Formats: sequence, structure tokens, C-alpha cells
Amino acid sequence: MAEPSAATAAAPAGADRTVPVTTADVADAPASTAAIYRALLRAQVRAQASYRASFALDLASNVIFLGADLLTVLVLFHQVPALAGFTLAESLLVFGLAALGFALADLAVGNIERMKQHVRTGLLDAVLIRPLGVLSQLLVLDLGVRRVGRVITSTAVLAVAAYQAGVRPTPANLLLLVVTPLAGAVFFGSVFVATATVAFWWVESGELSAALTYGGRDFTSYPMTVYGGWFRHLMAFGLGFGLVAYYPALILLGRPDPIGAPAWLGWCGPLLALAAAALAALVWRTGVRHYRSTGS
Amino acid sequence: MNVIETRELRKEFSVRVRRGLLRRERRTVAAVDGVDLTVQRGELLGYLGPNGAGKSTTLKMLTGVLHPSGGRVTVCGLTPVPQRIQLARRIGVVFGQRSQLWWDLPLRDSFELLRHIYRVPGGEHAARLRRCRDLLDLDEFLDTPVRQLSLGQRMRGELTAALLHGPQILFLDEPTIGLDVVSKQAVRGFLAELGERGDTTIVLTTHDLADIERLCRRIVVIDHGRVVHDGGIDALHARYGSQRRVVVDFDVAPAAPPVLPGVHLESATGPRLVFTLDGSASVGTLVSALTALGGLRDLSVAEPEIEEVIARLYRH
Repeated sequence: MAEPSAATAAAPAGADRTVPVTTADVADAPASTAAIYRALLRAQVRAQASYRASFALDLASNVIFLGADLLTVLVLFHQVPALAGFTLAESLLVFGLAALGFALADLAVGNIERMKQHVRTGLLDAVLIRPLGVLSQLLVLDLGVRRVGRVITSTAVLAVAAYQAGVRPTPANLLLLVVTPLAGAVFFGSVFVATATVAFWWVESGELSAALTYGGRDFTSYPMTVYGGWFRHLMAFGLGFGLVAYYPALILLGRPDPIGAPAWLGWCGPLLALAAAALAALVWRTGVRHYRSTGS
Repeated sequence: MNVIETRELRKEFSVRVRRGLLRRERRTVAAVDGVDLTVQRGELLGYLGPNGAGKSTTLKMLTGVLHPSGGRVTVCGLTPVPQRIQLARRIGVVFGQRSQLWWDLPLRDSFELLRHIYRVPGGEHAARLRRCRDLLDLDEFLDTPVRQLSLGQRMRGELTAALLHGPQILFLDEPTIGLDVVSKQAVRGFLAELGERGDTTIVLTTHDLADIERLCRRIVVIDHGRVVHDGGIDALHARYGSQRRVVVDFDVAPAAPPVLPGVHLESATGPRLVFTLDGSASVGTLVSALTALGGLRDLSVAEPEIEEVIARLYRH
């Protein structure tokens, strides 16, 4: 496959070389869908890396953002030895699971917030006249590669917290450590897509969207026992945020739930993720249908 | 074989109109209001109309971007919206004011990515790209990031991008908008060549009437969402009373200008006379009559401008 090197992509302005297309590059057969998306993804990385300074700054700022959230937790524990029955390391485990899930979702679909721009610039039309899925194209064409910085730091926080909190490395625990952030990513990603779609096509509901995405992340970042009453019930069970990090963390820590929920809840993250993804897909399809009938 | 068929094609948009401080009223506006269109394979069709006439909306319905509110539409034997993906492989689209290319990457990379997206076999892709490189002189900017291309260079890139998968129909929405004269000619020349080969159907919307005169044998004029003319340029002239004009200079102003059926004396200023001729009147008869007067110094015949014809059409 013809892949101009990264150096070519980052060539300075007005680079005026004529490189002939070699026939060896184009002799291969048509690609699979996965290969198409890999090519699109690589192009996106090359495109963003072509602005070197800005790319480096963005990457750094994403690390700093997570640092700020982390600092909040650390400062809190500087004042109190335990938070609603959880030690610092235990709290960080919850924080890490939530942060990694969120960071993965933000990396993959966070830019869907820019739906309005995609319509204005005609990207949505361009995507509709190509023989590929609409949402997947939009996501890969607008992927914020710099957000990979947050994924890396969240992974580090999660690893350190799991070690410090004394999570036993049993096969079940290791599986849960991998599955939970992935399910969290699908869940947060679905919330992103669904709220961005609703916000774009029907109501200006930026606040609602932020409450569910960033608010949801903040809720899941702490042991649920710090919250009280109806709010906890709504967020944890009504909207499912409890299954993203808190209940899996209880299994990892080998602790019973102080609120009294059964332990198997911690394994229900993937089910929640599937349900959320199905709902988001439905909302998205309705949104696209709406665009195609109203043109706006 | 018909590659495009529409029957009573309609598209309505609902717009909110303010009525007073809080009250809003919903009103339905028909952007496309019952368009019947049949396009055969290999045709080069000009689709004209003033701003807001419904040209782009029609194009969006033909390409599967928008869902019609009413009527039927078949393109390449497919129904555009439900069969969007199959249709996408058979058509190429160039939106003059929008880009299909990857802004931050060299032009070459966009072509390569499109090869993947449309799953074009390597050999076919290379052959089509080679052709476009030759005809559109792409080589000098093939390695320049798209954001640094001039509008003319970018448009040549867009045309190539729309053709690399060998579409049966090429839709162009104002492809020459904003281009300089040289680039316009390059684009027109390329499209004319493509049209002559006869296997690609081309549907073109434009405001540039030179595009139409150079390229299209058939023009469809749309106004307020309805087709007001469908036929050749000659038919348009005949139907909307295009008038040829004859300007004559004499040595001395003639005492009695000739009076002939279908010929009108538009002005007589000193030794210069200007006649306008209806479609049926003969220039030859007028010229003989003028020569008979004697003292004829100069004579010129001006063919009607398509601009005038179209302008008259829009005013109806």
C-alpha cells in the first residue's frame, strides 16, 4: 500500500518535488473494511502530526488535564485518611478505571461534539456520498489523536493504584481490569454520541450533554459512598454509572458493597455498554434520517 | 438507457417564521416542486437556475444525501437514499465550494485514501490517475498539502478524486466557481473530453454560462423548484425570442431604411443603423435590401447571448 513517509507528510510549505507513482505501490487488491479504516486512521495521525508544535502542546496539555483531576483526589486525601471508607489507593483504583474508560471514549468519539461544524463545512455531505458508514467515517476523519496522552496517563494511574491497593493478580481480576475500562469506553462513547446527536438536531442542550458526559465521569471517579440519597441512586443505577468503575473496583478489592448491592453487579459493565451502544445507535440513525429529510 | 429518472420529485423544507415577540409559525417551502427529469447514459446536462431555485437540493436528492419529500427518483437503477452505499460506488460528486480532499495531507495521499475507500483495484486506479495527471497537469502539485493549493489546483484535484473509482455519473455543483480564466478553461476542456468519450454521464450546475455554451447540448432550467425549460440551447433561443442584431454603417445616413417582416429598426444615430431580427427573419434578405441602398461601409451581425436569454427566462 502506498504510504508516503511521515517526513513527506510533514514537509515544509511549498515543497515542490515530483515523485512518480510507482506501479509496485498500487498492484495490491482492494482492501477489507478494517484495512480501509486503518488507512484512514494512519492518514489522520499523519495529518495531525504535520503540525508538530501544536501536536506536542496538545499532547502535553492532555496529560496536564488528567493531572489536575488527579490532584483533586490527592489533596482530598491529604486532609482525610479515608473517604467514605475508602483509602487513597482504593479511591485511585475507582478513579483510574473511570478515567481510562473516559479517556478511551474521548479519544475515539469525543469530537462528535463538532457535529454542527461537520454540517456547515459539508463534511457530513461528503461522508454521505462515500460507500462507508456515516458515523464511523466522521469519527475517524475527525479523530483527536492528541487525546492518546490521556489514555497513557490514565493507564499508568490505574496500574499504580491496582498495585498499591493490593489487587490480587488472579485471572478473573486481570480480566476485569481489562474489560472494565473497555466497557466504560463504550458506555461513555455512547453517551457522547447520543447527547451530541440530540443536542445538534433537536435542542440546544449543551448543558445536558456536559452533565451526562463530564458529570458522569466525575461521578464515577469517586467511590459511590461519598454521594448520598436519590442522587446516588439516579446516577449509579438509573443511568448506570455505578457499573462503570465502582462495582468492578469492589470485586477487585474483594470488598462487599457498603450500600448492600450484590457483588456480581461488578461484572455487568459490558451488558450496560451494549445497551447504551444500542440506544446511541438508534438515536444516531434517527438523527441522520432527520438531517436527510430537513437538510439541517 | 436512462441513468437518471425522476417523476414529480419534490423536496419541502419547513421554516420557522417569526410572528411577533414569541410566536413562531412553521411554514412549508417547496425547494423542488415536481421535477421530471430523464437523463440518458453519456449525456452532458447543464442544470441551470438562479440562486435558491432548487439546483443543489435536486443534486443532493440524486446523490442520496437528502431524502425526497415526494415523487420518485432512480439513479443508475437504484433508489438513492436506501441504496446509498451501492450508489456511492457508481457516482462521483464535486461540490464546488466543499472539499473531498484531506486538507493537511499531500494531494497524492487523498487519491490513495480514496482508492481504499472505494476499493478500486490497483491497476484501474493507476490508469485513471495517470490519465488525470496528464489531462489536468497534476504533477507539479501532487506532493503539496491540499491546504496550500490554489483554488484552481484544488479543483483539478477534486475532479480527479471524483473520477478515480470510474463513476457512471459525475455530478458537479458549480465546478468553476471562483476559478480564474485559465483554470476554468482547463476544467471545461477536461469535462468536454470526458463527455465526448460518452461513457460518463455528466450533470453540471453552474452560474457560468460559458460553461454551458462550451459543454452542454442539453440544458434544463429550473426556477422556483420547477423545470421551465428542457432542451437544447437552440430551442431556448427560439422559444424565448432571442433576437439577432445587425449593425450597419453607411457613408451618409440613408433617407428610407428598408422595411421587412420580422425586422425592427432599433436605433438610427447618424450614419449608423441598428436592426433587431426575430427568429424567423433572414439576415440575407436584410443585407440585400441594405446593399441596394448604396453607400454601405460596414456591417456586423451579433448572435444572441445566452446570458440575455437566461436573464429573460428568470424574469418570467
